[in-house]
Formats: sequence, structure tokens, C-alpha cells
Amino acid sequence: MTLIELFKIILLVLLIVCAVAVNLTRSLLQSVIIFMTYSSIMCLVWILLESPDLAITEAAVGAGVSSILFLVTLRKIASEEDSRKGGGL
Amino acid sequence: MKKERKTKPGKSLFARWLDGEIEVMDLILDDTTQVRDPSREALKLKDTEFKERLDASPRSKEAADATRRRFYLAYTAVAVISCIFLIGVLLFAVSDLPRFGEENVMADAVVKRYVEKGLEETGAVNVVSGMILDYRAFDTLGESHVLFTALICVMILLRIDKKNMAAGYEDYYTVLSDRYYSLAGDNIIRYSGTVIIPIIFIYGIYILVNGQNSPGGGFSGGAVMGAGMIIFAAAFGFERTDRFFTARVSAYTTFVSLMFYSFAKGFVFFTGANGLGNPIPRGTPGAIFSGGLILPLDIAVGLVVACTMFGFYSLFRRGSIGGD
Repeated sequence: MTLIELFKIILLVLLIVCAVAVNLTRSLLQSVIIFMTYSSIMCLVWILLESPDLAITEAAVGAGVSSILFLVTLRKIASEEDSRKGGGL
Repeated sequence: MKKERKTKPGKSLFARWLDGEIEVMDLILDDTTQVRDPSREALKLKDTEFKERLDASPRSKEAADATRRRFYLAYTAVAVISCIFLIGVLLFAVSDLPRFGEENVMADAVVKRYVEKGLEETGAVNVVSGMILDYRAFDTLGESHVLFTALICVMILLRIDKKNMAAGYEDYYTVLSDRYYSLAGDNIIRYSGTVIIPIIFIYGIYILVNGQNSPGGGFSGGAVMGAGMIIFAAAFGFERTDRFFTARVSAYTTFVSLMFYSFAKGFVFFTGANGLGNPIPRGTPGAIFSGGLILPLDIAVGLVVACTMFGFYSLFRRGSIGGD
């Protein structure tokens, strides 16, 4: 087994761990960050599969823009919750 | 559900922030920034009182608890079943695919043609660009329109104009909360933005115009440029972006890009499929002005993607793209 293959297996295991962890995390903010991690790992996997085009798009859209949209939405929900009962995220 | 947090007396401000006891924004901003909306608060108070009265009587509380328990049981069961079903379907579909890197008779003829004749026929060194913007440009046209449609749908759902600003308290509150949580005055973000934003834009344009030579192209370059716009808006506030990017500019850019794409590709398909009737010379492979129609189409797609990305962010944050 070459080093690259080992690296690939580690990445794929991490992908599964992230995918499960997103569902099992209670805090929404943490889920978003784990989801971001998932996209970053996926970006590396795309590079290893020799499709850099997809890797760039995954990094920009998956890890960047969609996470930002999630965070903005969370901020909005948090401000609503704040005014209701004085609690954070 | 929340655990009671213990506060040690000797804790530093940073440690308290790390434990989530205080919010930095609360320290920076004074309370006067958050303007109260009495009608909405009265409504919420009424809601809370109703819930409290409901909880006070033991019978209704019991019934509500039973309903809740039943709901969570059913919810869990349905979730587990649908998850297992989905995993089964996906595994079944995957087992039908050819193994990675294995020879496949069905796909081989097309792949051979693309790999061997791609450079000659499209003039693009990056064969992926040659595929998505020349051989299969119709696909990409559909994808750009999907983005456009998505932006319109978000606009329908989230846009706040003067009419519903005057009518409803909900939107009023959204705008206020955005002002409360805006980071535009933050020095760290502003100064790092000053350094990083030009680099991001140059990188995005580089990816965009080199789509036919290196990995990248319309979607990636547009997404990077959109992300740059988002950072710009986050660092310097929406007043700055409103000067050059309004809903009108966004609409015109998207419209012109999509129309150009449709007409250019329609013309090419009409005069000879597969780009045979390409009116633009293909140029030297590897130069920026090469690949015939691929570069203008890349730019068109990139503009649509950038407008969509920034439009999403702007609509999510404040319910308007700008200029109204």
C-alpha cells in the first residue's frame, strides 16, 4: 500500500466521521463548522481523484459560500431567540 | 437542556468568551443599537403567557407531553427507516457502476474522441472546459439558468421592499437585527479585508479567463469572485457595495450574460453542431485568447455565478440586493 492510498483511506474515513458527526452534534454552530470541514476534506479527495476543477468549486462553494449562508441564517435565528428568552446559539 | 455554567472569579475575559458565557458583540455595542419593537414584543409576551397557562394545568401538560413523546418516537422511526432505505438504494446503484479506472466499452468511444480530438476541435488545453463549454455547452446553459432561477426564488422568499417594510413587524425586525450584528465597523476585518480582497478578485479573474488552459473556468472563478464580494460587504458594509452593485446592475448583468450565452450557443448549434460553425478563430492553444467561444462563455457563466452568490448573501443578510 502506497502512502497516497493510505492518505486516501484516512480522508474517506474522516469524511464518514464528519457526515455522522454533523447529525449527532447538538449545537447548530458546531454542525456548520463540521460541515465546512466535510467540504474541505471533499476538496482534497477531488484533487486526489485528479479533478482540480471540481476541487476549486468545492472549496469556494461548499466550504465558503454555503457555510457563510448557514452562519448568516444561524445569526438571524439567534437574534430571534435572544429577543425571546435571552439565550445564545 | 442547557447545563448551568459555573463562573470562577479569576477567569479572564478570553476564557469566559471561550466558554460561551459572554458575547464579544455585547461588549462592543451598547444596548441603544438594538431598537425595540413594542408590537412584536407584546405578541411574544402573549404567546409565552399562553404557553405558561397551558403548562400550569397538569392535565394539559400530561397530554402535551404524551403527544410530544409520540411525535419523537414516530420521528425517530421514520428517520431510521428512510436512512436505511436511502443507504440501500445508493449501495445498490454504486454496485452497478463500473469500477474506478476500469475499462468500459460504453463510455470508451466518447472518452477516446474527447481525449484525442478535444484540443484540435475545441482549442482548449483543459479538456474539461472543452467538454462543458463546447461539446456539452447545452448542459452548462441549463446550469446557469438553474442558478438564475434559484436567485429569483430566494428573491421571492426573502426580498423586503418598502411596501412590506411598512406593513409587517417581522421584516422590520430582520433589518434591525442585521444592523445589530453587522461587523462592518470591526478594525481587524476591515484591515485584513483591505489586504486580502484585491488578491481574491485577481485570483478569481485569473481562474475565470484561464478556464480553457488550466483547471477552473466559469463556475469556480465566479464563485471565488462572489466570495470576494461577500468579504467586501462583510468588511466595509453594504453602503460600499451599493455604490456599484445594485439589484438593477445584477439583473442587467445576469440577463445580458444568459442572453449572450443562449444566442452564441444557439447560433453555433444552428450553423453546425459540435462547434463546427465556430465564428471565432481558435487561436494558439495555451494563450488566453484561444478556444474560440469558450472564453466569452466562461466570462458569461462567471458573471452569472458571481451575481448569484452575492445576491444570496445580500438577500439573506438584509432582504435586498441593493439600490431599493
